[in-house]
Amino acid sequence: MSENFNSGGVPLTLTINGVRRSLSVEPWVTLLDLLREQLELTGTKKGCDQGQCGACTVLVDGKRLNACLILAVSKDGTEVTTIEGLARNGELHPLQVAFVERDAFQCGYCTPGQICSAAGLLAEGHAHSRAEIREQMSGNICRCGAYTNIADAIGAVLRDSAREAAE
Amino acid sequence: MNRFEYVRAESVAHAIQALATPNAQALAGGTNLVDLMKYDVARPTRVVDINRLPLRAIEEMPDGGLKIGALVSNSDLAWEPRIVKRYPLLASAILAGASAQLRNAATTGGNLLQRTRCYYFYDPSTPCNKRQPGSGCSAALGINRIHAVLGASEHCIAVHPSDMCVALAALDAIIHLEGPDGPRKLPFGDFHRLPEDRPQDDNTMRPGELITAVELPRSDFIESYTYLKVRDRLSYAFALVSVAAALRIDRGAIIEARIALGGVAHKPWRDRKVEDCLCGKVPDESTFAECAASILRDAKGRGQNDFKIELARRTIVRGLRQAAANMPQDQADKVVR
Repeated sequence: MSENFNSGGVPLTLTINGVRRSLSVEPWVTLLDLLREQLELTGTKKGCDQGQCGACTVLVDGKRLNACLILAVSKDGTEVTTIEGLARNGELHPLQVAFVERDAFQCGYCTPGQICSAAGLLAEGHAHSRAEIREQMSGNICRCGAYTNIADAIGAVLRDSAREAAE
Repeated sequence: MNRFEYVRAESVAHAIQALATPNAQALAGGTNLVDLMKYDVARPTRVVDINRLPLRAIEEMPDGGLKIGALVSNSDLAWEPRIVKRYPLLASAILAGASAQLRNAATTGGNLLQRTRCYYFYDPSTPCNKRQPGSGCSAALGINRIHAVLGASEHCIAVHPSDMCVALAALDAIIHLEGPDGPRKLPFGDFHRLPEDRPQDDNTMRPGELITAVELPRSDFIESYTYLKVRDRLSYAFALVSVAAALRIDRGAIIEARIALGGVAHKPWRDRKVEDCLCGKVPDESTFAECAASILRDAKGRGQNDFKIELARRTIVRGLRQAAANMPQDQADKVVR
């Protein structure tokens, strides 16, 4: 039945990068601030903190979201994947490899958000052309202007995964 | 962000009970509410988290329509095969708005309740009748390039920001509400309101009510439609002007027309008299020009936004041309044909 929390922490269970965490979090704490300030997962970046730049993009139950616009308590019971959780057994995620190979960044501040967003884009499966990649990545701003190489990197991984699926 | 009490609602009845307190706010996707709380524009004393409510289904209706649960996300709705096939205008409008991340979080009910992006509404250091009734309208004599050209009042010239709602207006959607006095339904056109002397009220919801679903009546607008959005950049920006146009054409004449405008008024703008006048006419340039002039006959600019009247005229004509040619606007390549 009803649970009222007048002050202080709300019990919250999240599986973050495969590790189950039982937490107590004040209801006004965003998922972004929880990750960065309380769990020391500073790979997720705070850019605008207003849902406009995409630097804070993480995957929640596999879907890309702006962590700055989410009250952490509203995601109780979910699985969160951040940039720290994309590599497996010491092997970089194919998107991370492609970003390095194609020089898809300059300062790197938007990169964790770009890569998490691209991982969400691949899982959604709605991008089939460069125009669709560009449009579906429009929630991630890169002030260095590395868009050309970012789109190249994502396109390369998209082609590779389509080829693998066909084989 | 102000401090507040957090309630996790376990049922619709529980949510309605928890919302029956002054200054309580329902939290769904949070994409607008959390933003407004960070700006200190929204200061709820209680936040009722409705994300656990069973409002995520898309159900078939006896008339051949669909009932969309209030918590269905904008992306789930836009890519749902039944929506793509039977309501492509709605799918297109949703994909014209926001970003993939925001559409993943934003909900059907929440989209209807978005607040305006008027700069002054978002800035608590300035007067704004919508944020603080009676304090004045800073936009009327201030920076008003993005503001309303239709249906505004001396009290407020803000515009409604949604793309999805423009399509819902054109499709004659029905809002399902539930509140302390039980459930009720509202035609879409009666949901949002013009500012008049009460700009603080965006809509006609009663205190403590919750949107539970949005119903789409059966629609035959599956070929001759478009959602054409004009904005300052190609993606991820609010509309300066948008047009949802849907036609039914039989033997060279229009037999039914729907035209809704976004970015020009305090609510999605429809003019049923003009739509009725289109019936029986040949879908050609002179018909479209006459239609645009009629819709905009009472349009009023405030200096900086004068251009929106001409922009709206051209966007209506172009949108009707796209609809009549069965060439809906592509929301990925953005080339306006």
